[in-house]
Amino acid sequence: MSDVVEKTLTALPSLLSLDSQPGSAKLSSSSKLGNLIRGITELTSKHEEEKLIQRELLLIKEQVSSPNTTMRQMKELMVRAIYCEMLGYGVSFSYIHAIKLAQQGNVLEKRVGYLAVSLFLNEGHELLLLLVNTVLKDLQSTNLIEVCMALTVVSQMFPKDMIPAILPLVEEKLNHPKEIIRRKAVLALYKFYLIAPNQVQHIHNKFRKALCDKDPGVMSASLHIYLQLIQENPEGYKDLAPSFVTILKQVVAGKLPMDFNYHSVPAPWLQIHLLRILSLLGKSDQSTSEIMYEILDESLRRAEMNHNITYAILYECVKCVYTIHPKSDLLEKAAKCIGNFVLSPKINLKYLGLKALTYVVQQDPKLALQHQMTIIECLDHPDLIIKRETLELLFRITNEQNVTVIVEKMLDFLQINKDDHTTIDLVGKVAELAEKYAPDNEWFIETMNTVFSVGGDLLQPDIPNSFLKLLSEGFDSVEEDKKLRLFAVNSYVSLLEGGPSKLPQRFLQVICWVLGEFSHLREDLEPDVVLRMLAKLLDMKSSSSETKCWVLMAMTKLCSGGAALALVQDVSETYSSSLDTMLRQRAQELQILSQDSKLQAKVLPRSASMEPVEVDSSLSFLDGFVSEALAAGAAPYKPPHQRQEELSRSKALNMEPYGLSLPIGMSSCSVTDRQSPTLLSISSGLSGDSADFSHKGSSAALKLDGVKRLWGRDGYLAKKEAAEEAPQVEAASPVRSPSQRGDTDGSVSQTPTPECDQEKQQLASSLFVGLATQSSVCLMGKSEPTSQRFRRKPKASGGSEPMSNPLASPSDGADNVLPQNLLDSSDLDVSSPEQTHGLPQDPDTPNGSCTAEEESADPMAEPSAHEDLDRSRDSCLSSHLPAELSALSHSEITSLCSNQSLDVSACHVQREDSVVLVVFVSNRSDFCLQQMRLQVQSEELEVSCASDCPSEELKSHSVAVCQYLLTVQRPSVHFDLSATVSWQLPAGSPQTAPFSYKLPLTGFIRALRLSTEEYGAMWLAYSHDTKLNLTLMDDDQDPLAATLHVLKRKLQLHVVEIIGVEAIVACCLQQDQPCLMHCRVHAGMLAVWLRSPVPDLPDCLLYHCQRALQEP
Amino acid sequence: MIKFVLMVNQQGQTRLSKYYDPVELSRRAALEAVVVRCCLSRSKHECSFVEYNDFKLVYRQYAALYVVVGITHSENELSIYELIQNFVEVLDKYFSRVVSSIMFNLDSVHIILDEMIQNGHIVETNKSRILAPLTAIDKMADG
Repeated sequence: MSDVVEKTLTALPSLLSLDSQPGSAKLSSSSKLGNLIRGITELTSKHEEEKLIQRELLLIKEQVSSPNTTMRQMKELMVRAIYCEMLGYGVSFSYIHAIKLAQQGNVLEKRVGYLAVSLFLNEGHELLLLLVNTVLKDLQSTNLIEVCMALTVVSQMFPKDMIPAILPLVEEKLNHPKEIIRRKAVLALYKFYLIAPNQVQHIHNKFRKALCDKDPGVMSASLHIYLQLIQENPEGYKDLAPSFVTILKQVVAGKLPMDFNYHSVPAPWLQIHLLRILSLLGKSDQSTSEIMYEILDESLRRAEMNHNITYAILYECVKCVYTIHPKSDLLEKAAKCIGNFVLSPKINLKYLGLKALTYVVQQDPKLALQHQMTIIECLDHPDLIIKRETLELLFRITNEQNVTVIVEKMLDFLQINKDDHTTIDLVGKVAELAEKYAPDNEWFIETMNTVFSVGGDLLQPDIPNSFLKLLSEGFDSVEEDKKLRLFAVNSYVSLLEGGPSKLPQRFLQVICWVLGEFSHLREDLEPDVVLRMLAKLLDMKSSSSETKCWVLMAMTKLCSGGAALALVQDVSETYSSSLDTMLRQRAQELQILSQDSKLQAKVLPRSASMEPVEVDSSLSFLDGFVSEALAAGAAPYKPPHQRQEELSRSKALNMEPYGLSLPIGMSSCSVTDRQSPTLLSISSGLSGDSADFSHKGSSAALKLDGVKRLWGRDGYLAKKEAAEEAPQVEAASPVRSPSQRGDTDGSVSQTPTPECDQEKQQLASSLFVGLATQSSVCLMGKSEPTSQRFRRKPKASGGSEPMSNPLASPSDGADNVLPQNLLDSSDLDVSSPEQTHGLPQDPDTPNGSCTAEEESADPMAEPSAHEDLDRSRDSCLSSHLPAELSALSHSEITSLCSNQSLDVSACHVQREDSVVLVVFVSNRSDFCLQQMRLQVQSEELEVSCASDCPSEELKSHSVAVCQYLLTVQRPSVHFDLSATVSWQLPAGSPQTAPFSYKLPLTGFIRALRLSTEEYGAMWLAYSHDTKLNLTLMDDDQDPLAATLHVLKRKLQLHVVEIIGVEAIVACCLQQDQPCLMHCRVHAGMLAVWLRSPVPDLPDCLLYHCQRALQEP
Repeated sequence: MIKFVLMVNQQGQTRLSKYYDPVELSRRAALEAVVVRCCLSRSKHECSFVEYNDFKLVYRQYAALYVVVGITHSENELSIYELIQNFVEVLDKYFSRVVSSIMFNLDSVHIILDEMIQNGHIVETNKSRILAPLTAIDKMADG
């Protein structure tokens, strides 16, 4: 490889020996374009410009379509058209002429034709197809310039489907004697790789050849492909690391021809490109990183030259050093480099230094300490951009101890910032920090108040949602919860008293919800008073009708016991005639519930926002109403897509475009209204889900997740002990706002006045406190719940949530921004599976794997022992499977509970007609366990003992096997089994340990073999149905078949028949409970319709279908 | 990645625009107006990089002409800053009086830019190689 590159560097480009004197064909200011441009420049108003351009466009339009226009004139017209379109005036009439020009013009005209096409058309434009023949012809031209042009346009845009037509020609060009052609061919292939990677899969070895090309230009063109490939799969290209290192070495050593230099720096952009590739390859790979150390060291050393471009390379180098496997002396040099950047009087360098520091502190927070004084200077920099970048840096080093100061700085910035995008971003960060590190309730609520007032209605909706969720779910301590809620109530009451007219709508909604839910916590506060405050909000002109809905909701919660009855009646009367249906609904609810305190207490039990509410998604409570209506002669309900089908059948013309909208609308409808247990809860109102929440932090951060903090060299802080010893000044630290501070001139003042210095020292100690003492784990564990003050209860943390406890609750504003209909929910009784927090499960095994959580309270259980166990358990325990089950497929044997005396593991076995849970209890101790008993139960499953443990005694190091027959009583997405094992050691008291087991619905699903006729008869008989649009599998040939295949393989569904774009599928839940599925490909989606005689079964099955299709 | 390249005069009039991410024609004028306002309002002492929505602007002023490049956050700002200089040096090599020639030779400037940046990536920075195709075309047109 290296000698190929050697050769490369000695070969000089030959095409480029062409004379590059300024071209003579240039236009002067007297041309028509010149006149147009000058005309535009002289104009003063937009209106005049528009008039002039419209006149010009008419002229162009007339001339392009005239048969007498020569190609030379056409070229000139195209440039004018380009100019007009650049100013924002569409020139679509000339698109076709641009293609014609590329087809028929001579060289320069052709180039302008191609140029116009690339500027006018976007990649999907259908006119682009007309260009294919021209490109094909030019690629075969003997004129190199034409070949060049064709390759240039191809590497900018080309219709994806036509790639095969020109691919052989482009491939051929890789062997062209001229380097410029080879280079452009490589770039064209890069474009093909970007738009259709499959099409160029077979020529990956040719990319390698391009990398080894003797011309440096061709080699560097191939790096684009490699950067892309390595980004997607770094493991696949580790063998190339030495080659990239060799290339970089030679570039750095100045072995490229002189004309690759830029201001005497050899090919700087090529160096940057190579450094990016190296950092991808060296990331968490020690052996690959070791190959690079030498050249990185060399690159860092070469940085003496004082030019921007060397700093640009250095920055990339530093990033690389901190990305790959660490080496201490390199880190030290890189850190010094960053120091030079941030200390530089050049503002652009300072910015880059801050950016580098922001990147680096995530791995080594102590580095921030070294530069703390500079950071503080930057925080007060007059340039907002520098300030903003500094805050970004501080955001990354925030901990429990410095949070108050950093948040204060952020809020200060928000006061002067005018850019909406920055405001939204920063407000989100403040909210995140506040929730993670809040030192006390007071501070938290006040900070959130500022977030809500500053963020206004631009705020991302998940911030108020998660805030309310946090308040309603509470934390580990009931006492703390109460204090926090009470504080919020107090704070909001005083805000409302102080004049709420300036508060943003979102904030008002939050206030309404909190007062409605928790104002009873404040004993001296009469509901009447709160009701009056709320009623005032209704009278404010600025209140939106959404806010009014929230107000009415809150009033409904507070109106019990006839509080302020007259006021309530008045309000509900006013709004029950509102034009807004939501408002009217709320007003109705308020009216009815305020008069019936018994019903009110039932519908809105106090402090019950956490209680799950069961929702009858099949709307069975309406059955009576429906049958009455039917009896009275009403037409039976037809679902939208059936209606649409009938409509299209009855019409002679199928108006496809109109038809399109219906199923799409239906799908969104079925997601939000029917609340099927899907993961599709995309509507913003439903986004308060805790899983989302925990990801918020990582999405805002640079993508460094998973980067281990590998270096933790001591000694960085030697000089900065003062900071470590500084008392932990928190909120009390005298931080001054920027306006109070003297103006700095932007340059670093190296010798600040002693007074000012002291102040800054003080600020420094409050900003950087905690960094030095922080253990490495703590910093990286930013998102760990342990470091958070407001730790959610384990219940809310997605994965471990008991599945029978759905979070949906109508009175919980956090889960649903749109208030739900309270009156409806009062009648609900039947439960249904509404889980959106499905546990990940492996759909590949028909059984589905089971996820089990250990709830053992025994702290002695060692994780390491677990791992060992995991490996050997399966093989070991499966030998204990009863003979009649051992031939059947069983799920992975999972450890459920483990302690010093025993291990409990389990798996489920799928029999033809049932599912058997097999529990293995292994005695780990040296004693005989006595009175060993197992108890297994579930809400949705009937658990019957197939064979209980043979005896109550378990000998030392032996295994007892118990079997339980599981029967579904009520379909659910997942079934939870909770169990306890109890035992007694010979010389001890009785002990128990709880454990749980979870298995998916799919374990109980079996294929149902039917004929199409049987299917038809059954379909009409079943009443419970559900519909949804699913994504089709990506398959060019037959997406329907591919999708059905996945469903068949993963869920054991039986495909009855496929007719064109439709298919019918059947399965049953444990032999006797069928579920039928009708699939239809429509508008790129799979519209599925499930029917079953069993309530909830369609919904639950649909959930698994969706999962099966989502997972690779 | 580079999102767009803009050349504007001090009055905020667009002299050249090239987008590497599709942006609707109707949205371009508004975007350009905001971008220009962002850059023109800054003093010489201030940093040449500006945050704008979800991307960054790197700009450089040459007399009455501003070159503004929109980039993603992962891009190296300083290398783009120097890329602008390189671009202008190439234009300088090709045209004798850059500012007015750029105005009247929109097509040539675009052709030069196409040689330097494709699909938002820097594909060539060697000045003579950037100009090679264009000078070859000029020669053929002359001959």
